[in-house]
Amino acid sequence: MESWFSLPGLGSVALGTALLGFLSGVLGSFAVLRKQSLLGDAISHACLPGIILAFLIFATKNPLGLMGGAMVAGAIAILAILGISRFSRVKEDASMAIVLSVFFGAGLMLLTWAQQRADSAQAGLTRFLFGQAATLMYRDAAILAFLTVVCLSLTLLFWKQLQLISFDPGFAASLGMKVKGWEVFLSLLQVVVIVAGLEAVGVVLMSALLVAPAVAARQWTNRLGQMVFLAGIFGALSGSAGALLGNLPGLRLPTGPVIVLIVTAVVLLSLVFSPLHGLLFLWSRQRRGLQTRMVLENLASMARGHGSIEHGHNLAMLQACSSNPALVKNSLKELIRLGLAREVAPGLFSPTGDGILLLESPENWQGEATP
Amino acid sequence: MTQAQWEIILLASLTAMACSLPGVFLVLRRMTLLSDAISHTVLLGIVAAFFLTGSLTSPWLIIGAASMGVFTVVLVEGIQKSTLVREDAAIGLVFPALFSLAVLLISLFGKNVHLDLDSVLLGKIALAPLPGRRLEIANLDLGPKSTWIMGSILLANLVFILCFYKELKVTTFDPAFAKAIGFLPGLTHLGLVVLVSITSVAAFDAVGSILVVALMSAPAAAAYLLTDRLARMLLLAPLLGMASAVAGYGLARVLDASISGAMATAAGGVFLLAFLFAPRRGLISQWQEGKFRRARLRLSMLAVHLFQHQETPLQEVECREDTLFEHLLWSPGLTRRVVEHSLQQGLVEREKNFLQLTRQGRKLAMEVLQPGQAVFSPGSE
Repeated sequence: MESWFSLPGLGSVALGTALLGFLSGVLGSFAVLRKQSLLGDAISHACLPGIILAFLIFATKNPLGLMGGAMVAGAIAILAILGISRFSRVKEDASMAIVLSVFFGAGLMLLTWAQQRADSAQAGLTRFLFGQAATLMYRDAAILAFLTVVCLSLTLLFWKQLQLISFDPGFAASLGMKVKGWEVFLSLLQVVVIVAGLEAVGVVLMSALLVAPAVAARQWTNRLGQMVFLAGIFGALSGSAGALLGNLPGLRLPTGPVIVLIVTAVVLLSLVFSPLHGLLFLWSRQRRGLQTRMVLENLASMARGHGSIEHGHNLAMLQACSSNPALVKNSLKELIRLGLAREVAPGLFSPTGDGILLLESPENWQGEATP
Repeated sequence: MTQAQWEIILLASLTAMACSLPGVFLVLRRMTLLSDAISHTVLLGIVAAFFLTGSLTSPWLIIGAASMGVFTVVLVEGIQKSTLVREDAAIGLVFPALFSLAVLLISLFGKNVHLDLDSVLLGKIALAPLPGRRLEIANLDLGPKSTWIMGSILLANLVFILCFYKELKVTTFDPAFAKAIGFLPGLTHLGLVVLVSITSVAAFDAVGSILVVALMSAPAAAAYLLTDRLARMLLLAPLLGMASAVAGYGLARVLDASISGAMATAAGGVFLLAFLFAPRRGLISQWQEGKFRRARLRLSMLAVHLFQHQETPLQEVECREDTLFEHLLWSPGLTRRVVEHSLQQGLVEREKNFLQLTRQGRKLAMEVLQPGQAVFSPGSE
């Protein structure tokens, strides 16, 4: 472990990527909820021409100048995407694809053109695509910390508005809110994060960082506040873990892709194991429901065989009928809780009238939960 | 121009045409962003096939890459079907992950592979006419290999679309109906995805990954603004794509810049022109039509107002030109302009300070109030 921290600057790299992950998790939550997960991808590609134009105009590689250029291009891209889908019948997906690819193509054209007049513009391209997290210094981390504070306070300040336009833009509009204006505001916040992140982690990672932590967080909660907080934490943890793992002595992997894969793993785990919507949980609930129903069917058919629903049967008998005897006891408990079966004598079970009714004419069933 | 330059223009045009054909269906089915995802993940397919075969020129590369494209779509749709993640987020999850995997694989095991990222992004169209990249049969030079590959892809796209035109059309515009009459929307969808993947892989080699997206979306979207008929759209999109290719090549020559970048820019320019100037659908003609409609609406409002009040006791108040604006709730300036317009059109006549409908004006008002419904008969109140 010491060897990690003895590496020069690794602390600042981990801190920087953690801050970036936190910020993009927070803002990405709104984008994901508003079905605009891919807007971040489009914007981050569209920043390229802005960066190169800023480089050509100001003849500087000063990060602040390039960030300014990227921000202007990103803002124009957002307006173009919104404008195309607003003023023509071309849908939002196509307008995003067009803006993304055309801006990026124009950027590549400018880049190759710039290479003849200014040397070393080339190095910028791969850096733009994959970033160079390894070169993050405490100064960059400080800038990121500043941006985090600004964006986070804006988010908290306008929490109610952002919540409304994320969940019910129609209702927001009926309250007299300027929905389009708030959408642009939210997108501009995204542009700030994207531009801040481009230099560190590059285009591809930036789009993943906006989407993945938010999707993972969504699996664990139904409340916006908790989701935003969790997304921030997931983003921060994946960011710093990726930075540390990527820079493991002797391994030296590109940080960006490592972070993407870690954050994707977090999403997969959340999709499978979340107790709220998780696949494992859904699957086992379905299975249990089916099992319970089968026990009820068995009880009913045996009662029918004896011509009376008062005739009880013991656990061993029911287990003998079942394909999965281990689950029978729990199923019985569930049936008794629902009032579909009862214990007629100690150890003997029979269906209730309700249970028979549910099986024979489910359309007349008035009770609450059915297995 | 030299022969090499003609060859580049031909290759560029073929690529643009081959991309824009499936692009038409992507735009209509709102699937364009899948092409973005595919063009990224194709890299993983190429890397995987390279590690398996050890060669960068084997046809397995194309097959591997194309199947990775299909795999991407299957993955996206699988995640979507779990209903835990929406489509946009599913795309945003899948392709960065697969792309990152490819980049990691290259940096881990492929240090000495000649798979540089610049050519992935920019394509190698400028190198296509060079010796060693040409198809030669029995010492006969048949031109660049890429031209032949792209040409066959274009042909395959054409054949697929011609053979399954009906299926594609119905599943695109009315999937429920298609299912009802026994077509298989899922199969058509899969066919389209395979087509997009193969086309992306082949075009990827020529123009690079992200510019494939430009050629798939921009010409098709421009054609979408120019016509309402699928057949015409399928004809227009490749033509616009070809125009982008030629214009892009010219731009690249003038600036001495990347050809594929310039082609994407030109495709954007073509779309912008259609967005602004398309008849009926374009921004300018929409604006003009809105202006025309508003003017027409105001003429009708004035005519109806006069029609309702003339020859009634309130005529003296309601039809005075100098106070008309109070009754119509317009500004005085607007009212004056509308009155002038109505006079010009011969809808009203001015008599001192009063306005009176002409026969034509009366007709307009009647039309608005709909004949057949109980029309206010003048003087009855």
